[in-house]
Amino acid sequence: MTLGTTYLSLDLAHPVIAGASPLSATLDGIKRLEDAGAAAIVTASLYEEELVGEEEALEAIAVVGAESHPEVTSYLPPRCGCRNPLAAHVETIRRGAEAVAVPLVASLSATTREGWVGIAADLQAAGAAALEFNFHHVPTDPTETSADVEGRLIETVRDVRAAVHIPIAVKLSPYFTALPHLAASLAEAGANGIVLFNRLYEPDIDLETMTFQPNLELSQKREIRLRLRWIALLAGKTPLSLVASGGVEGVQEILKYLLAGADAVQTTSALLRHGPEHLARLVKGLTEWTQGHGATSVAEVRGRMSADRLEDSGVLVRAHQTTALLL
Amino acid sequence: MERMTLDGNAAVAHVAYRVNDVCAIFPITPASPMAELADEWSAEGRKNLWSAVPIVQEMQAEGGAAGAVHGSLQAGALTTTFTASQGLLLMMPNMFKIAGELTPTVFHVAARSVATQALSIFGDHSDVMAVRGTGFAVLGAASVQEAHDLALVAQAATLESRVPFLHFMDGFRTSHEVNTVTMLSDDDIRAMIDDELVRAHRQRALSPERPVTRGTAHNPDTFFQARETVNPFYLATPAIVQRAMDRFANLTGRHYRIFRYDGHPEAERAVVVMGSAAETLRATVAHLTAQGERVGVLQVLLYRPWAAGDFLDALPASVRKVAVLDRTKEPGAPAEPLCLDVAQTLADAFARGARKDLPLVVGGRYGLSSKDFTPAMAKAVFDHLESNDPRTGFTIGINDDVCGTSLPVETGFEIEPPGTTRALFFGLGADGTVGANKNSVKILAEDPERYAQGYFVYDSHKSGAETVSHLRFGNTPIAAPYLLSSADFIGVHKFEFLDKLNVLRHAREGATLLINAPYDPAELWDHLRRPVQQHILDKHLRLFVIDASGVAQRLGLGPRVNTILQTCFFAISGVLPREEGVRRIRAAIEKTYGDKGRAILEKNFAAVDSGLDHLHEVTVPSSVTSTEELHVFVPPDAPDQMRRIAALQFAGRGDEIPVSAIPVDGSYEGGTTQYEKRNIAFEVPVWNPDLCIQCGQCSIVCPHSVIRAKSYDGALLEGAPEGFLSAPVNARGYPDKNFTLQIAVEDCTGCGLCVDHCPAHDPLDASVKAINLSERQPQIEPGRRNLAFFDTLPEHARQDVDLHLSRGLQFVRPLFEFSGACAGCGETPYLKLLSQLFGDRLQIANATGCTSIYGGNLPALPWRSAPDGRGPAWNNSLFEDNAEFGYGMRLAVDQQVEMARSLVRTLADRIGTRLAEEILNAPQRTDSEIVAQRTRVEKLRRALADATDGLARNLLALSEYLVRRSLWIVGGDGWAYDIGAGGLDHVLAQPRDVNVLVLDTEVYSNTGGQASKATPVGAAAKFAAAGKRTPRKDLALQAIASGYVYVAQIALAGSPEQTIQALRDAEEYEGPSLILAYSQCIAHGLKLNLRDGMKQQRRAVASGYWPLFRYDPRMRQAGMNPFRLDSTRPRLPLEDFAYQELRYRILTQTRPEEARLLLRQAQAAVDERYRLYEDIAARDGTRFHPFWQEESVAPHNGNKTGEAAQ
Repeated sequence: MTLGTTYLSLDLAHPVIAGASPLSATLDGIKRLEDAGAAAIVTASLYEEELVGEEEALEAIAVVGAESHPEVTSYLPPRCGCRNPLAAHVETIRRGAEAVAVPLVASLSATTREGWVGIAADLQAAGAAALEFNFHHVPTDPTETSADVEGRLIETVRDVRAAVHIPIAVKLSPYFTALPHLAASLAEAGANGIVLFNRLYEPDIDLETMTFQPNLELSQKREIRLRLRWIALLAGKTPLSLVASGGVEGVQEILKYLLAGADAVQTTSALLRHGPEHLARLVKGLTEWTQGHGATSVAEVRGRMSADRLEDSGVLVRAHQTTALLL
Repeated sequence: MERMTLDGNAAVAHVAYRVNDVCAIFPITPASPMAELADEWSAEGRKNLWSAVPIVQEMQAEGGAAGAVHGSLQAGALTTTFTASQGLLLMMPNMFKIAGELTPTVFHVAARSVATQALSIFGDHSDVMAVRGTGFAVLGAASVQEAHDLALVAQAATLESRVPFLHFMDGFRTSHEVNTVTMLSDDDIRAMIDDELVRAHRQRALSPERPVTRGTAHNPDTFFQARETVNPFYLATPAIVQRAMDRFANLTGRHYRIFRYDGHPEAERAVVVMGSAAETLRATVAHLTAQGERVGVLQVLLYRPWAAGDFLDALPASVRKVAVLDRTKEPGAPAEPLCLDVAQTLADAFARGARKDLPLVVGGRYGLSSKDFTPAMAKAVFDHLESNDPRTGFTIGINDDVCGTSLPVETGFEIEPPGTTRALFFGLGADGTVGANKNSVKILAEDPERYAQGYFVYDSHKSGAETVSHLRFGNTPIAAPYLLSSADFIGVHKFEFLDKLNVLRHAREGATLLINAPYDPAELWDHLRRPVQQHILDKHLRLFVIDASGVAQRLGLGPRVNTILQTCFFAISGVLPREEGVRRIRAAIEKTYGDKGRAILEKNFAAVDSGLDHLHEVTVPSSVTSTEELHVFVPPDAPDQMRRIAALQFAGRGDEIPVSAIPVDGSYEGGTTQYEKRNIAFEVPVWNPDLCIQCGQCSIVCPHSVIRAKSYDGALLEGAPEGFLSAPVNARGYPDKNFTLQIAVEDCTGCGLCVDHCPAHDPLDASVKAINLSERQPQIEPGRRNLAFFDTLPEHARQDVDLHLSRGLQFVRPLFEFSGACAGCGETPYLKLLSQLFGDRLQIANATGCTSIYGGNLPALPWRSAPDGRGPAWNNSLFEDNAEFGYGMRLAVDQQVEMARSLVRTLADRIGTRLAEEILNAPQRTDSEIVAQRTRVEKLRRALADATDGLARNLLALSEYLVRRSLWIVGGDGWAYDIGAGGLDHVLAQPRDVNVLVLDTEVYSNTGGQASKATPVGAAAKFAAAGKRTPRKDLALQAIASGYVYVAQIALAGSPEQTIQALRDAEEYEGPSLILAYSQCIAHGLKLNLRDGMKQQRRAVASGYWPLFRYDPRMRQAGMNPFRLDSTRPRLPLEDFAYQELRYRILTQTRPEEARLLLRQAQAAVDERYRLYEDIAARDGTRFHPFWQEESVAPHNGNKTGEAAQ
């Protein structure tokens, strides 16, 4: 009986990966996730815009009231031993990669070409086993076309591919019009896998203050359906590794994703809800179900219900549920 | 050998750090940077000569630091401290001990004025001279290089001689001058320190292995003899120092003598001097001897022990007249100390025949408080010696028109060496000019053949200060420790300076002038005032303009125009070829910002490029076109003193003020700030009457008292200028009344606290408030007009407004206004409140600190009187003694109250028995009761007005005390928690009516953010760079534990009403009161530049970090629990409060794991403290002390003013 799987050409002991979250932001958290049994760990996303904000905030330390008065050359202590925020993050990855045996996938969300390429190289040098691009874009410019957005993404992958040799996974939002074509283009540009799907902020209005409140709620089981469909449709038709992300609360969701064709599954919200220890329950459940259904490996389960292996994949391509209602 | 450009403090610290095991320090300007550097290096793990990381320990006061030094030395560590001024004086008792025990150490001092009629942070030798009798050797440096070198000589000499050393440089002039220094290598330092001597020092330490009893007490039989045992050590010291200097010369090639003579070998006139002035004198002497004059200068490096023989050897036998210059004043002495030493030495030598003749010796004073000492002044001293009647007690550098001591100084005498480029920059405190100039000095001194010097002058404001940078560049070492009098390049980094300061008087013929102005090259000329145009034409200046502020705004650099203007300087000044200059700047930027993130780096590169793109040369017209003169600050109808002093100081001409214009005892009429009109805000608030609910919140939080409110009869609007805003009063019962909120546009600093704190907003757009920021420029003219009209509207009578609410208080005129405090200061709103609540009878003892600087630094005096002439009376004694100082005032007031009351009883018949009774029994709690008492006292005065007898006249003189005085002791946490804690503890333990207001910024704000015992756990501060590991002291709980102190913890924005109530309660309470007021500070590094300050106060309260409470012992009279918790349980994670501030966030970057740990600890501490307070608040009243003023336990010497009040 083996639960082993391959994701981004990395051999994993089982398909359950700890997704990017505050849990994997620290060395301590990374170790806890490994101890709890994660097959791989995606580190908390490094956001270039936050990085710049942090850099500017730290620079402000030197500038706050500096040389403003004869008694004051500065108000805050100098940044003794203070690394810049990027260096601090990279250092966490480096120490994490040294400390754990499972692959550490570094999640990156940059905003500029220099950011993508430069930081990706830093993360590789720090010992990341792979990169996960947290690519999110909210188009607001009416002159920007879908092709522009996709083109930029593909170009980014191509640029980074030229700079690093470790595998690259791209975490996509569900809002791309022609996902199979995009997947093909990404593969051609040098990506090794895609993560389906990113969950984006959906700000709400606070009626009291009349302001938008940024808000990201933990995912729910029902969210897996959108992802199930696309994984099932893509599995077997793309050279890319496929990872499901979103809605993995229990072992059922993992199984469904595997059946649809995911190479591995990320779980994040459930770990935030129940703690990293939840991972052990998931793996145990996976083992039990697999054994209970007479399979000797996860490979036997994976993709059994992908579109290319279904006799009738109509249910996957149908856009409305007329059939379901009729039945 | 490595060359560096650095200031005197850094130069000394480099050596001191390497040769010591322990530094026990306390921050004091101008010595703080030495300690801060040592602390920084220690935090980085930098090692000393013996491969150990020195311990740097901040103490609670200089007295404490000296005690720790003494102890550390006695326990065998090589130990040092860094200090100045009062700090050095506080160390005196220990200095006697350390010297008496023959303990090697070096105290490094940045010499500074000792406070007398006024405090001054600037440099002179009054502190060093005050401790000359302690038994410390005194070694003085004249330059940054000397300070660096002599720090090591002193260390070597102290180890060999066992005599402790005080090594000093001139505060600011040397400690803060940036100059090119050849650095000592570790090998050099190593070679100078004999480890045998170090081991000997360690062997002499107290040790149970070699037990001795040291520090004994003697009787008359032995003390004297014991005191004389040290003589051989002192006799040997000068030779030891000279040998150390000789050894040093062999190592480095830099030669020193304990007395250094320069000048004509057969000079007839000589000047003897210590410190940086020696450099100026040397240059002047070189100039004069080249012209054939027989003059010389003798610099005293080793002042104590005084080596008479060496002095005589150094002074040419040919000298007939000697002027000794002392940078100190000893009132009443026959001459200042150095002069007396020289005179005694020469007289003795002559009497014994060691000299053939006795030169005439005269002494003079110069350079007090960093008064500039120029070559022209040096020449004036030699000229004076040439005169028929040279006299002792002369002064140089001022105009003493009272006693005529000052010597005339020839204007225009300059000896700047050819080949030196001089540049002057006029900048604004926060614009980065000073930092950029320090950087330019470094860039230019990179070349081995080039030398550079920078010195920086600031005005007295905490923010928005004018800074003047004096830079020299040349091909020879620059030994010119005085300000530039003329410049080849002048940079005006804020256009408004041209309107008020005569900056171009410093321009040389053909100099280059760079102006930062929001004008095109074609229109610039029309914006220049007549004197500016005249200078440009007369001196044929090249004129350049750049809109650096606009460029900076567009690049997102805010007010920081430094890189842009620095680039322009390099592009047009010609100090380097243009391309080379720009290349060097880019390299410097790469070096400075390379590790700080790409975005920041690129922003600065963009600043360089934009600087070059937007720089334009202006074609200068051929004639003057403006008729406008420079701005005059103080109007002709202002009080005489303001016109004669403040007006000149505002115009940058304070040096011209003669002695006769200055008050003899340090008393000044306050309120000068009303004339400043600094116009430093970019944006100012604009009132929206339609949305306003007239609550007064904006006014109560305004740190600079620029938001004023009045309600008035609507008919008075007749004649109001167009655009004067008004709204009907929105309270019921005032149908014909109008309300106006008026902004003093030109006095506003644009902090935005009012906008942030305003509770009223457009129902459909929360971003539109009842008060909103808008660009200042278009507001100036209407603002001026409207304010003038507003001032004509009648003031409110105090008794007619509700002083419990911000709504009412907004109508009370503040008697603390337009201070030089930082934009968004968290302290000043409380002081303004005090002035509104108690201003006409308010007396303040103010600890040294921010409050004393923005409260009383000439020329900006914010405390002022009301139109009736009454107002806050204010004095600052010292940093350490403020509780005692205020308590002394209380004793004096109480005593005089008693005397006055007694005289009222005695003279009741003449006053009228009924009036006398009323006066004696008048309650004086409410404002109306105070007004009534004032009326009675007036009657009393009228009744006795014509009396000629002593008793009546005594009562007249004391009658003011019959009106209850409001005595406040005000200071920061550095005073209350640290240096003044002992005194505060004692004063709070006395049964008298003092009110202590602690403006708690949790850090030493004034000296630049050093940790105090109020600094919270997890926050980084200087001397706690790795984050404070211990929680802040709960001063409130300590005071509560005593049972009889009224204690309150307040935060203005947390609850304005609670704040007002607590201040009123404390004032009313007839015993000691302590109020801790949360004060946000620039040193917290708030994300939004203090704009968020009041929001942050609310977060402090909501997170339970700063619970609001009051402990009122009077509640015990009714058997109730005196402790009231006024804020809710923590409802915000501490993190949400703390991580708004850089002081907490620094650690998340530098030490993320520790930051998390400390945050957890801090959260636990907050939770637990709140639980504790809740427990106390829930107790039954019987669980507290009985009320201490109950009949049976009332102290017999208690404050009897209560009698009148009950």
